[in-house]
Amino acid sequence: MPHTLAELIIGHAAGREVQAGDLVVVKVDRAMGVDSLTPSIIDVMQKELGVERVHDTDRVAVFVDHVAPASSVATADNQARIRKFVAEQELCHFFDVGRGVCHQVMVEEGLVKPGQIALGSDSHSNSYGAIGALGTGMGSSDIALAWASGHTWLRVPETIVIEVSGQFQGRASAKDLALAVEKLLGADGAAYRSVEYHGVDSFSLASRQCLACMSTELGAKAGIIPPSGEVAARFPVPGWLRVEPGARYERVERVDLSGLPPKVAMPHEPDNVTDVALLDRTPVDVVFLGTCTNGRVEDIHIAASILGGKKVAAGVRMIVVPASSEVLTDTMKDGSLLALMEAGATVGTPGCGPCIGRHMGVLAAGEVCLSTGNRNFRGRMGSPEAFIYVASPATAAATALTGIITDPNTI
Amino acid sequence: MARVWVFGENVDTDQIVPGRYAPYMTSEAELGKYPFIEHRPEFAKQVKPGDIIVAGKNFGCGSSREYAPKALKVVGVGAIIAPSFARIFFRNALSLGLPLFQADLTSALQDGEIVELRLDDYQIVTPHGAYSLPKPPDFVREIWAEGNLVQYYRRHGRFPGQERA
Repeated sequence: MPHTLAELIIGHAAGREVQAGDLVVVKVDRAMGVDSLTPSIIDVMQKELGVERVHDTDRVAVFVDHVAPASSVATADNQARIRKFVAEQELCHFFDVGRGVCHQVMVEEGLVKPGQIALGSDSHSNSYGAIGALGTGMGSSDIALAWASGHTWLRVPETIVIEVSGQFQGRASAKDLALAVEKLLGADGAAYRSVEYHGVDSFSLASRQCLACMSTELGAKAGIIPPSGEVAARFPVPGWLRVEPGARYERVERVDLSGLPPKVAMPHEPDNVTDVALLDRTPVDVVFLGTCTNGRVEDIHIAASILGGKKVAAGVRMIVVPASSEVLTDTMKDGSLLALMEAGATVGTPGCGPCIGRHMGVLAAGEVCLSTGNRNFRGRMGSPEAFIYVASPATAAATALTGIITDPNTI
Repeated sequence: MARVWVFGENVDTDQIVPGRYAPYMTSEAELGKYPFIEHRPEFAKQVKPGDIIVAGKNFGCGSSREYAPKALKVVGVGAIIAPSFARIFFRNALSLGLPLFQADLTSALQDGEIVELRLDDYQIVTPHGAYSLPKPPDFVREIWAEGNLVQYYRRHGRFPGQERA
């Protein structure tokens, strides 16, 4: 019987044929912990489970990206604990302050490959679907068990297919597609499911990362894009990892990119999506360009193409946080980051930046932020009385230019 | 007896415990002070062990932070009942042994009313009638019996449903 990509990947890891609904135990290729949860992962593994050492140091990765650099004594103490653990365990895949957001760096470092299963103590671990891996977010207990045993347990998910056709017009991009899908399926529209995106062969790696990352906001267990184009050229793709005609899909939805306008998610839910052009006049205080969703070279280039030689509107703070040190240095070298700085933007340490409301740009009551991140829950970036709009890098740059949330196709 | 706390749809993890109140930012010992700290500040002060949360669809959407369900477990929440749960929250609650039931009781039960939660026959008994909860699958009850997933694994050397380690 033909299989979905999730069934193929989980079946490969389980060493047997599986189908949606099966409960299986699989070998984990990589289990990643971020600074937010790693102290509790260590506690669960060593104190509650009673296992002193990780099962396989090569299959563990640890990142300090969520509060990087430390913002308080409490976070500094926790990070010191993480570094001590990394040294004691002799972990070889450790990425400290400044290296960048886990999901970007995992791909840059080749720590996740097509067809693999990668877990992360961060919900946006769905991002690894960009290269045809099954990435999924889990909590401290599950990651601790994966570190201790090398395995996890999974229910094989049903699959929803997004069949994409046409080409983007104007300044619409993968983020606008992701927001259109968000509107179509809703914030729980793919709960417990795997989402496969077909027909995006022309998408760059960065665009695929944005799309796969946003699967999390559909409630998905995984968001997987069949490797092709740039991904097939850059990564080893196993022969068995391909879309099998006749695979059983729970639902198929079609999205035509031609005529897709720039989209924006309004407060306070990521599926509260409308066309930027239809939004009432909305002045902003902050524009944030960054995150695992849209902090890549491609995103900074788009913003620089709009803001280069111009100025960020008076009264607007534009914060740029490159997703990784590689993105930072690449965009420094090619001048695009300088263009944003000359326009009036400021640049923060590669990492999660202000996305989680812990540092580097916490919002005050009443403030409005246009973010290229992924979610806009009430209180996410600071005060519960702040307002977060989520949109593409092009919309962010156009908004920085005018000070009002602006359709980038109008400038 | 249990007090019912009714919540709406799409209660996200930033409402349950905002990222700024994570044990990473504060301390593990303080976690019990923070459930719904901004969304519903009276909750942490008034909640009693055994109380139940009744909510709308997609409860717990958002982050992978296990401290969200853990904060509810720490203050003694006896069960959460909602028509659907976000997947990571569901997984984390299962890992912690915090009972979740998939059922829509938001119109049947009132915020603040006192009911009896019976986990032996999966019923909520109220003065205006009894409501059945779906019986969880065997692997869920096996975890509850051991307290949580980690204790289950520690005792059995395997995941629930796994043939052998």
